[in-house]
Amino acid sequence: MAKYLELLKKNAMLIVLVLVYIFFIGMTNGSMFSPMNVSNLITQNAYVFVLATGMLMCMLTGGNIDLSCGSFVCFMGAVGGILMVVKEMGTGVSIFLMLVVGIIYGCILGFLVAYVNIPPWIATLAGFLAFRGWGTQLLTDYSPGKTGSISNFPAAFLKIFSGKLFETQGTLNIVCLVVGIAASVIVVLVNVMGRANKLKKGYEADSMTAVIVKSVLSVAAIMIIAYKLAWAGGIPTVLVWVVGIVLVYSFITSKTTLGRYFYTIGGNKEATRLSGVDTRMIMFLAYLNMAVLTVITSYIAMARFQAANSTAGTNYEMDAIAACVVGGVSAYGGSGSVFGMVVGATLIGVINLGMQLMGVDADWQKIVKGAVLLGAVVFDILAAKKNSTK
Amino acid sequence: MGNILLEMKNITKTFPGVKALDNVNLQVEEGEIHALVGENGAGKSTLMNVLSGIYPYGTYEGDIIYNGEVCQFHKITDSEKKGIVIIHQELALVPQMSIGENMFLGNERGKKSAINWDETYSEADKYLKMVGLSESSRVLIKDIGTGKQQLVEIAKALAKHAKLLILDEPTSSLNETDSRALLDLMLEFKKQGMTMIIISHKLNEVVYVADKITVVRDGSTVETMDCHSMEIDEDRIIKGMVGREITDRFPKRSGVAIGEANMEVKNWTVFHPIYAERKVVDSVNMTVHKGEVVGIYGLMGAGRTELAMSIFGRSYGADISGTLMINGKEVTLKSPREAINAKLAYVTEDRKGNGLVLSNPIRVNTSLANMAGVSNNGVIDVDKEYQVAVEYKEKLKTKTPSVEQNVGNLSGGNQQKVLLAKWMFTDPDILILDEPTRGIDVGAKYEIYCIINDLVAAGKSVVMISSELPEVIGMSDRIYIMNEGKFVGEMKADEATQENIMACILQSGRGE
Repeated sequence: MAKYLELLKKNAMLIVLVLVYIFFIGMTNGSMFSPMNVSNLITQNAYVFVLATGMLMCMLTGGNIDLSCGSFVCFMGAVGGILMVVKEMGTGVSIFLMLVVGIIYGCILGFLVAYVNIPPWIATLAGFLAFRGWGTQLLTDYSPGKTGSISNFPAAFLKIFSGKLFETQGTLNIVCLVVGIAASVIVVLVNVMGRANKLKKGYEADSMTAVIVKSVLSVAAIMIIAYKLAWAGGIPTVLVWVVGIVLVYSFITSKTTLGRYFYTIGGNKEATRLSGVDTRMIMFLAYLNMAVLTVITSYIAMARFQAANSTAGTNYEMDAIAACVVGGVSAYGGSGSVFGMVVGATLIGVINLGMQLMGVDADWQKIVKGAVLLGAVVFDILAAKKNSTK
Repeated sequence: MGNILLEMKNITKTFPGVKALDNVNLQVEEGEIHALVGENGAGKSTLMNVLSGIYPYGTYEGDIIYNGEVCQFHKITDSEKKGIVIIHQELALVPQMSIGENMFLGNERGKKSAINWDETYSEADKYLKMVGLSESSRVLIKDIGTGKQQLVEIAKALAKHAKLLILDEPTSSLNETDSRALLDLMLEFKKQGMTMIIISHKLNEVVYVADKITVVRDGSTVETMDCHSMEIDEDRIIKGMVGREITDRFPKRSGVAIGEANMEVKNWTVFHPIYAERKVVDSVNMTVHKGEVVGIYGLMGAGRTELAMSIFGRSYGADISGTLMINGKEVTLKSPREAINAKLAYVTEDRKGNGLVLSNPIRVNTSLANMAGVSNNGVIDVDKEYQVAVEYKEKLKTKTPSVEQNVGNLSGGNQQKVLLAKWMFTDPDILILDEPTRGIDVGAKYEIYCIINDLVAAGKSVVMISSELPEVIGMSDRIYIMNEGKFVGEMKADEATQENIMACILQSGRGE
């Protein structure tokens, strides 16, 4: 019994996510579950997943955040617009140059935070203000008719970051189903092989039942999504980006020494330093990484809106922080996972979309989101307290 | 004979696992200076914390009778209202604020809604004059020296209308002249009828000011000496302080051959990282041989940790000079990583602060300083990591249900073992153990000593820093004695006694 309770607690947010989703399906007469809206859920929230991944890495190091990323998305939009539309440089060259700009900003920010010891929220507050202004000014100067918006991005660029793979209209997308089946097979194999491997080496492993239940649930989730997407025209291109990034960072955080250091710095910076880890380098990497992921976010945002606007990226930093916090990432650093963050981001996305479909007033949407955020943190702290008094 | 102002009766205070005070009795007469002496950890500060209400009524047993009534202090302000004011060893002043602001911090002059600054500063000036300071109370704390800051603390206590003033190591950060001035000020206050309790390691100062001396040892009051009715000298006090018998609390080491020198430190000088002119370690020379346990004894603040950390990849201090030789070759270790690679390990005294990641499991803590040992090209082999953690858990007899247990949930002794495991896994030749048995119970201490013996038996060298005399004498082959940043003595363990080590420190203190 205690084992099940433990399991329930560990996956509390996931269970909440499923319940909230079912709630909204009911409230919207199933519209929430339509192929169209499942697809929308992904494309609307892709930016949160990418940005929150970067934010997660920063937060792990001790609750550090980056306030500048939203404004930097706007600024990068301006840079991209100028490169691709105004200067008519090639898509590949532009993407590369934008990445270079991002890396330069990341290095400066990382240097200020890690080596000059400027508190991250102050260093990034400066960027938050400056990049919004700089981006807006560039967009106004370079946009046709000084409208502050650059559009008509090259088709190649849009294809890479938005749209669908092997798109079909109104018919079932076979490619999508095939990919879904392939992903399911891989997940099952990983689960089963992982257990077999552990048993072979004589380590403790989950019971066969647990592996089966886990596999069945994962496969069901993947296939439901694949089926829905197949009816919505195919796999959104951004999903490939998101899944790729999530997988890479899952691996980094859980399996590499580099990832381990992010956690131990958040847990005890001084102990980590005295254990021979270059803690400043890790802090530097956290913010460099954040800037790179912000650039990728800006590609996604530009392609989704097919334009670079001065309002682009507004509140993105808050969405990313909220996703992490709701996903159980500690606001003091040292704990949290990519999977948790994904659940958190999805939960917020589901609430957003659900309320939109229900026609809830925009102001009320904000109130609800605020309450959810607070609730998640209170839950976390109470759970932690209970654990520590055990 | 005056009235008894304060009587503490049968005070017993237990912390989880440790009895810090055991049936302590203390009587302080009105108008006297009463000194409390004892080794680190004997319970002096705990006793004063009980008195001032830092440990509230109900968390200890026994009675505090002050001015004829039984007191139940729940917080510091309760005791301050009665006129009991404690001045802690660590100065509690805000450097960026003025003397006046500090003096009335939490005790602001004026109405509830607004501070009356004129009253604040004129009052402050009045009290400053009483302690003999000519500074204006508008001067910022950071602009005056530590000696004057200590006087500000006293003025602050006077502003609270102190009747019983408790000074915890008031001269520990002062130089000779400032110390003497402070002691004279205490004598002056005594003439005016103030009662004081002074806690001090500096026995010459105790002899100079005290009317009565109470010795605290292992959480009990051993004796109270009246300085007027009998001749008291420092030797007499030392005898009281260390007069416990050494039984076989230390496992014997036999047949460990001491080899050639594998670490030599020459002329090692380290400056404070913030106060650039302060020498924390002063021209230290040290040699450590293979298979040897070298003890470094010194009181807190002697510069032992600073010495160790500055050797360990310059992880402490500024402007470090001197040479470090390992296995006969001169090396420069610029970071903890380089020190680890040079087969050096530093096991910190502050396992919670900078030793362990409490929120992470034993497995993660064990491998932290040697991730390369459990990974391939940066990818962690979690299975191997688990194996390593289990191996050390069994080797060091760490008591835990599983190595996936968070370190924060372990007892002090077991935490210390995890910390040792972490450093043993880096496969060092030289281990510097800083207070390896601080805050852990007797049984765990014995196990740690056994681990130390195993280490040297395996040909490694151990430098053990400790402020427990019996431990240093019982475990070391050779002992360095450190005081105020300098090595003031070196002796073989069989020549060392508690008395001559203490005498060595006192002599060096007086020599200045």
